[in-house]
Amino acid sequence: MMTERENPFDDIPGTTLFDAKRSRQGYHLNMFCMSLMKEANRAAFKAGERAYLDRWPMTPEQRDAILTRDWNRMLELGGNIYYTSKLGATDGLSFQALAAKMTGQTPEEYAAMMLSGGRSIDGNRSKSEWRDG
Amino acid sequence: MARIVAGVASSHIPAIGAALDNGRANEPYWQPVFAGYEFSKKWIADLAPDVIIEVYNDHATAFSLDIIPTFAIGCAAEFPIADEGWGPRTVPPVIGHPELAWHIAQSTILDEFDMTIVNNMEVDHGLTVPLSLMFGQPERWPVPVIPLAVNVVQYPPPTGHRCYNLGKAIRKAVESYPEDLRVVVFGTGGMSHQLQGPRAGLINAQFDNEFLDELIADPAHLARRPHIEYVREAGSEAIELVMWLIMRGALDDRVESVHRFYHVPASNTAVGHLILANAGNRH
Repeated sequence: MMTERENPFDDIPGTTLFDAKRSRQGYHLNMFCMSLMKEANRAAFKAGERAYLDRWPMTPEQRDAILTRDWNRMLELGGNIYYTSKLGATDGLSFQALAAKMTGQTPEEYAAMMLSGGRSIDGNRSKSEWRDG
Repeated sequence: MARIVAGVASSHIPAIGAALDNGRANEPYWQPVFAGYEFSKKWIADLAPDVIIEVYNDHATAFSLDIIPTFAIGCAAEFPIADEGWGPRTVPPVIGHPELAWHIAQSTILDEFDMTIVNNMEVDHGLTVPLSLMFGQPERWPVPVIPLAVNVVQYPPPTGHRCYNLGKAIRKAVESYPEDLRVVVFGTGGMSHQLQGPRAGLINAQFDNEFLDELIADPAHLARRPHIEYVREAGSEAIELVMWLIMRGALDDRVESVHRFYHVPASNTAVGHLILANAGNRH
């Protein structure tokens, strides 16, 4: 077995890999998001977010991340983008709008970056290339 | 005997489906994407295949974290369009080919690929967007489709090598089916993109174009590329590209590139598209 220290995926900056550990940690968070594929559930969630979240035994940190829409924190706590994007859709956010939020750019800045060819791979391969890792 | 007559690779970006469904396909932003498929729509209409086997990934739609099959083959007669959070796409339901699908399931399982058999499954943009790109907006899809879902969401996904060999097993299965059917295999997803976290928006056109070159000319070597290279070099969601190797494995060792298209961006993603025709096996 690879230890976490040796896992080369951990060196990729700004990226969380949805591995076994995160999947176990994020099971209820992701299954909450999954429930939002039904219109009736989206309506129930919008009518009372806290009460709706009580249906899933999440940690307080996971609940806070959802309630404050801290999209990167959700990923750190075991969320997967294909699940959290269902919460995004419930909020009326496209994948691109969500991506902009996770990068800290305005939607206009992010869209302009994509139009000019996207984020370059140069300087984005390793955490050692990022000032704040 | 049934046979595989061609392979198609295509990205399956959800925003492309939304642009079509909402009548925005002629906007300057989207026009280059659809222009890249004009040839392909005519090509597939002329070819008029009898069945499509479409390799795609389910994006937490039919499969949640409750059940995560590595390879799942849709054996139903019909596949409803899923509500992915915005209401279902306004496209017709996908019509299956249960007889050939069951035949492929049996053949590949006995060939030691442990397929999951699915008889009830909604399908998402991963399956429907390439159909829209290839067939436009018909009232009914002109051809039955066998969905073959690959897990690329939960780590670890299957290796490129495993995918390539599954393609070979699918070809063997098709060629042992008695009816004269002309089958096209679609490999979908990719190309470079990352949808999550502070590195979202990553695009690597050099990686993508080298991938296209190698998929055509040396797929056995490409199949050995480890997951880490896809994720580091082309973004976390670029791992979807392993699915293109299933399509490629179902073709001859040598192929002719009939059409090739690459465009950045569609939403967060690099669009890649190939049409490959068989050109013979090495002996």
